[in-house]
Amino acid sequence: MMDCFLLACAVLLCGGAGAALLRAFPAASAGLGAGSAVLGALLGLASAIECLRLNGSYERSFPWDMPFGSLTIGMDGLSAFFCLVIFGLAALTAVYGFGYLRRERGRTGLAWCWFNVLVLGMALVAVARNGLLFLIAWEVMSLSSFFLVAHEAEKPEVRKAAWTYLVATHIGAAFVLAMFVLLGTAAGSLDFEDMASLKGAGREFAALIFALAVIGFGTKAGFFPLHVWLPEAHPAAPSHVSALLSGAMIKTGLYALLRCLSFVGPPEPWWGWLLIGIGIVSGLFGVVSALAQHDLKRLLAYHSVENIGIAALGLGLGLLGWSAGNWTLAALGFAGALLHVLNHAVFKGLLFLCAGSVLHATGTRAIERLGGLSARMPVTAFTFFVGAAAICGLPPLNGFASEFLIYLGAFKGVMLADAGIAVPAAALVAALALIGGLAAACFAKAFGVVFLGEGRSEDAARAREGPLAMRGPMLALAAACVAIGLGAFALMPFLAPAVGIITGTPAELFAQPLAEAGRLLLVIALASAALILATALAALLRARLLRGRAVTRAATWDCGYAAPTARMQYTGSSFAQPLLDLFRPFLRVRTELRPPEGLFPKKASFATHADDAARERIFAPIFAFVDSLFSRLRWVQEGRVHVYVLYIALTLLALLVFAL
Amino acid sequence: MHGMTDGIMAALLVLNLALLGTSRLAFCITLVAAQGVLTGLLPLVSSSGVTLRTLFLAAAVIALKGVVFPRLLSNAIRGADVRREVEPYVGWGLSLLLGLGLLGISFWLGAKLPLPAAAPEAALVVPGAICTILIGLLVIVSRKKAVTQVAGYLVLENGIAAFGLAVVPDVPLLIELGILLDVFVAVFVMAIMIYRISQEFDHIDADRLSALKG
Repeated sequence: MMDCFLLACAVLLCGGAGAALLRAFPAASAGLGAGSAVLGALLGLASAIECLRLNGSYERSFPWDMPFGSLTIGMDGLSAFFCLVIFGLAALTAVYGFGYLRRERGRTGLAWCWFNVLVLGMALVAVARNGLLFLIAWEVMSLSSFFLVAHEAEKPEVRKAAWTYLVATHIGAAFVLAMFVLLGTAAGSLDFEDMASLKGAGREFAALIFALAVIGFGTKAGFFPLHVWLPEAHPAAPSHVSALLSGAMIKTGLYALLRCLSFVGPPEPWWGWLLIGIGIVSGLFGVVSALAQHDLKRLLAYHSVENIGIAALGLGLGLLGWSAGNWTLAALGFAGALLHVLNHAVFKGLLFLCAGSVLHATGTRAIERLGGLSARMPVTAFTFFVGAAAICGLPPLNGFASEFLIYLGAFKGVMLADAGIAVPAAALVAALALIGGLAAACFAKAFGVVFLGEGRSEDAARAREGPLAMRGPMLALAAACVAIGLGAFALMPFLAPAVGIITGTPAELFAQPLAEAGRLLLVIALASAALILATALAALLRARLLRGRAVTRAATWDCGYAAPTARMQYTGSSFAQPLLDLFRPFLRVRTELRPPEGLFPKKASFATHADDAARERIFAPIFAFVDSLFSRLRWVQEGRVHVYVLYIALTLLALLVFAL
Repeated sequence: MHGMTDGIMAALLVLNLALLGTSRLAFCITLVAAQGVLTGLLPLVSSSGVTLRTLFLAAAVIALKGVVFPRLLSNAIRGADVRREVEPYVGWGLSLLLGLGLLGISFWLGAKLPLPAAAPEAALVVPGAICTILIGLLVIVSRKKAVTQVAGYLVLENGIAAFGLAVVPDVPLLIELGILLDVFVAVFVMAIMIYRISQEFDHIDADRLSALKG
């Protein structure tokens, strides 16, 4: 079991090193890098599934000469669940990346090396059982993803995005480090096993650890307002990496948060209120910001903020249930959040791969320059449609299943007499409904403008579908969307142990409410299956009726206007404008308007730019202040070796004199 | 043997001051070589006396610091065609004064420094070693030519070696040799660097390297 996992690590490490060493031979390097990533991910997947199936808990220690460190890795229900997400998505994105990067072979050797290292780092984060090992894996993951984001470093905007990411991830890591130092001093060792004995160690201590974990891990997960790196880094990275970053890497933040909760629980009610608050703000802000975007991958990145918000809603609900000892609520909240993590990995991975496919075919991510792609790229259009429907939480697909669990939990919470639970649960229901509606609007915009209508530029009109290596993973993920949507009830038994690990109580407590939810999901799945069947029958009937008749395509009636162009189509901005006007106070949308003038207007233009409100209003002032503070110290940096040696000598002497 | 140890330490101090007062690079190298030989002799007169181990150590130190390093550095300055340290940051007179000041500080520190029980009875060892370390740093800071800075580095290392030998009588042989190897590699690399820099830039002034910074 663990052997399988270790073998996966070894394959990833060797494959990554091989891809970097062989970069003089592009085909061999790409083949080795992608092949080892797929093989390693499949091995890891096997070990994770085996652990989930047997509902086991394994641990393995190795000798390690590191102060405070111990090379202990372990796999339990929670780790295995996240390993499933990480390895599953990694295998598919590696296949996709093999096709996606084919054009720029010759410079992908290092990219494949970092890809393998990233998968390894994420998996180690999920299985580390020692604080130091965890931090090392965390850094490996952050740095390798930084290099992947900076893949096209010759472009200035990519460099800027990569730096933003690096700064953000290290600010988060600083809080994580502080948290582990505090936990380690309290527990007397950095082993997770000892930290788990801290339960009920004092309210202030637990609250402090919780706050540090929310900030530190929330930066990685992308909670508002710490999400600022997300809309920068995801569009800048190659698309298969965006899929992996958004689908799997940001989830490690949630995993780590859950693992820490298992050390310092049971929670107080305000922890749940805080996470529900974060979830509402992140979800609404993410989806409204996404509506305002013109860049397809940036739009998807904001939807990651939204979906992390939905997962946070589930976590908050779970915490409320745990703090009140209401195990039904805890089970539904935590299980909903976990299932949403899996679902988001599937549909957001799919959507990023589709966006990559569009970028690959047309060379642009600008929504307003695309259009009419469904005719030229049917597979991409179909899979994007499935992913879009799933992310909006529509019934036959997987997004619905996890949101259903959270809704169910929230409605059970609303029924309770306790206002501390009922009020936040009611707010949760309202926010989740609003988020779902706005997400549907946003994807109606994205799908409609990109895939329907006529191509708005030459590139869009010439687009062609990518190679099989790209289409295959997209189809597989689309199939997974349907499969999880229909078979969510069968996943319930695997979620109970993971929830049990978070709360540190027997999994049997959670099995019963989850089984109940599973029965409801089964009914819904049957209805959905009937719906799919009916649709298929209708399609069959249509094909039958049309058989033998001529089907022609003709231009839309243009009221006799003689010179229509593709640019006269309804644009994404115009589609989103009424909704954006509603939320204008919370966004920073700059508009540049040059209205037509005179009786025979010549030139007129209109452009909107959506800046990130958190970046402009919160982080820009802070960083400007810190920058001005530090620029006063610039004189210290003389640039002469002599002066630096002098600093060292004077410091040494001063310390000696001071100490004696 | 305290007399011998104190004698060697006194000689080290005199060489330090001489190094601060000279501008000719060839003489600098000679001074540092002489200092290296004296440091090499220290293990022989330390508390463990003349044994096979100390003899071996002394031979290795003297061979490296007395013969190999001066050769490397002489070759480097011949290759780079420099003779003198001109216009240092700190003039010769002021350097000497600073050196005397550092000597005073060293004695003060030596008197107050808490030492392990096995500390040597010889009076000059601790202040002498600290003074050598500080003067090595002073040379690195105040001189411009790369060769002089390597000399400063070697003086610093001599000081550390003297301190180690004098204060901890039984440092394992392996560690001593390891340190020696490190120093050897460092000087080797630095000599090559000096040569390369002079080839590229027609001078070996370390202060003008700051023009390379971005």
